[in-house]
Amino acid sequence: MNNFQLNKEGRLHHFITIEGLSKEILTEILDTAESFLGISEQPVKKVPLLRGKTIVNLFFENSTRTRTTFELAASRLSADVLSINIETSATSKGESLLDTIRNLEAMHVDMFVVRHAISGAGHFIAQNTAPHISVINAGDGQHAHPTQAMLDMFTIRQYKHDFKPLKVAIIGDILHSRVARSQIQALKTLGVKEIRVVAPKTLLPSHVEQLGVKVFNTMEEGLDNLDVIIMVRLQKERMTSALLPSEREYFKCFGLTEERLKLAKPDAIVMHPGPINRGVEIASSIADGPQSVILQQVSNGIAVRMAIMTLTLQNKGDSV
Amino acid sequence: MDNNPLKISTLLAKLESELKQLISKRKLKNPLMIGIHNGGGWIAEKLHHRLALQEPVGIIDISFYRDNFSQTETFSQVKPNLLPQQMEGRDIILIDDVFYTGRTARSALNEIFDYGRPRHVILAVLIEQEGREVPLRPDCSGQTLLLANNERIKLTGPEPLALDIQSPDKQLTAA
Repeated sequence: MNNFQLNKEGRLHHFITIEGLSKEILTEILDTAESFLGISEQPVKKVPLLRGKTIVNLFFENSTRTRTTFELAASRLSADVLSINIETSATSKGESLLDTIRNLEAMHVDMFVVRHAISGAGHFIAQNTAPHISVINAGDGQHAHPTQAMLDMFTIRQYKHDFKPLKVAIIGDILHSRVARSQIQALKTLGVKEIRVVAPKTLLPSHVEQLGVKVFNTMEEGLDNLDVIIMVRLQKERMTSALLPSEREYFKCFGLTEERLKLAKPDAIVMHPGPINRGVEIASSIADGPQSVILQQVSNGIAVRMAIMTLTLQNKGDSV
Repeated sequence: MDNNPLKISTLLAKLESELKQLISKRKLKNPLMIGIHNGGGWIAEKLHHRLALQEPVGIIDISFYRDNFSQTETFSQVKPNLLPQQMEGRDIILIDDVFYTGRTARSALNEIFDYGRPRHVILAVLIEQEGREVPLRPDCSGQTLLLANNERIKLTGPEPLALDIQSPDKQLTAA
C-alpha cells in the first residue's frame, strides 16, 4: 500500500488521516487500545513504554479535551510532554511553521501532535520533518480528526462488539466537521452495514453521497431503526454565512429529543465528540441519559491515543 | 514417565517443599503470590493451592515493561494486572514458568516496585534454563536444565499443564 503514513514495512509511522489505512491497521489500533484501557483503572496509572521519548503538543487552535487527553496519554506511557502555547510563542511574532518545526527538531523531539486551523497542516509537517519523528494529526481545519474517529470506533465496538450489522448516523453540522469526515472513512473501512448523514442541506458538503453515505434531510427518516447515533456540534465559529435561521429553529428541526430518540433501536447508543451545545443539537436529558456514552468516549480517548502514540513511535520512519 | 525429570507434579512438589522452607527461613508474613502472565499465572494457581495461602493469587502482565519496545510485535493482547491495592511492605512470592535470560524477572520486579516497596521478593520458577543475560537468578526452581542453543522450553496449559522442549529437529513433551 502506498501511503505516506506508513513506513517501508507498511507499518504506521504517522497518523494524519484514516483515508487509505487498511482494516487491519485500524483493528490493530483498537486492539492495542484495549490493552491500554486497564492502565487508567490501576492504582499506578503509568507504564514505562515510551520512557525517554519527547512528545510536543503543537496546538495552533484551541482545545481542552483533545489536548488534555493527549497529555495524559503521553504521561501514562512515561514520555516527556511539552505543550506549546502558540498564542504566546514565536509564531505570533511571525515565525513560519517550518521554522518552528526546525527549531523543535533541533531539540531532539520524537513526536509532534498537531492541531491546526488549516487543512493539511499535519500532512505538511509529516512530509517536512526529520524521518525519525512521528506526526499525529489532532485535527486540521475541516479535513480530518482521525484520533477522535478512532476513539469513536473504539466506543462503538465496546458497546456493539461487531461493526458488520450496524446502522450508524452522523447528525448535525457535517459541512464544517472534520470529525464526521474521519468517522465516515473509519466506518466504511471497518465495514458497517449503513452510514447515514442527517442534516439540513446547508450543512452538508456538496456531493456528500459520493463518500458512500445515505443522505437524509429530516430526523424522522434519518433516525429510523439506528444502532448508533453520533451527534456533531454546530460549529458557529466556522460559519461565514447565514446557513441557519436560528439555533432555536435548528433544535426544533434537528435537535435530538427524547421523542425522536424513540425512533432508533431501544438499545441505540448516543455519542457526541464534544463540546456539547446543550439545547442546540442535543437535549440535556439525553446527553445525561442512560443511552449516552459521551463520557465513556472521553475515557476511551486516552487509551486510543496511547495506542496510536505507541504504534507510531514503535515503527521507525524511512530515512530520506 | 515416572522417571521423567520434567513431570510437572514432581516439579511442583519440589517447589512446594522448597518454598515452605524459604517462607519459614525468611519469616515471610501473609505472603502474596504473584504469577507472571500467562504460564507463571498457571503455576502460581497450583502452588497457591498446595501452600494453602490466604490471599488470592495476583497476576501481572509484564508486556509494557519489556526492554525491547521497538522489536515487540504487538501490544494487542496485554492483560490488566490483578494486584491488591496495598503492595507496600508486602512479602511477595513471584512465580514464573521458565527462567531463561532473566529479562522477564527484571521487568516483573520493575513493575512490582512501581506499586510500592515490598519487604521481600522471592522468585520461584518451574524450570531454570541456563542462559542468564542479567545478574538475577531464582531463589528456587523445580529443575535446572542446560539445553542446546536452538532449544527452548515452553509451558502449555492451563489444563493440562505440559512442558515442551522445542527445537528445529525434535519435540519432547512431558506432562
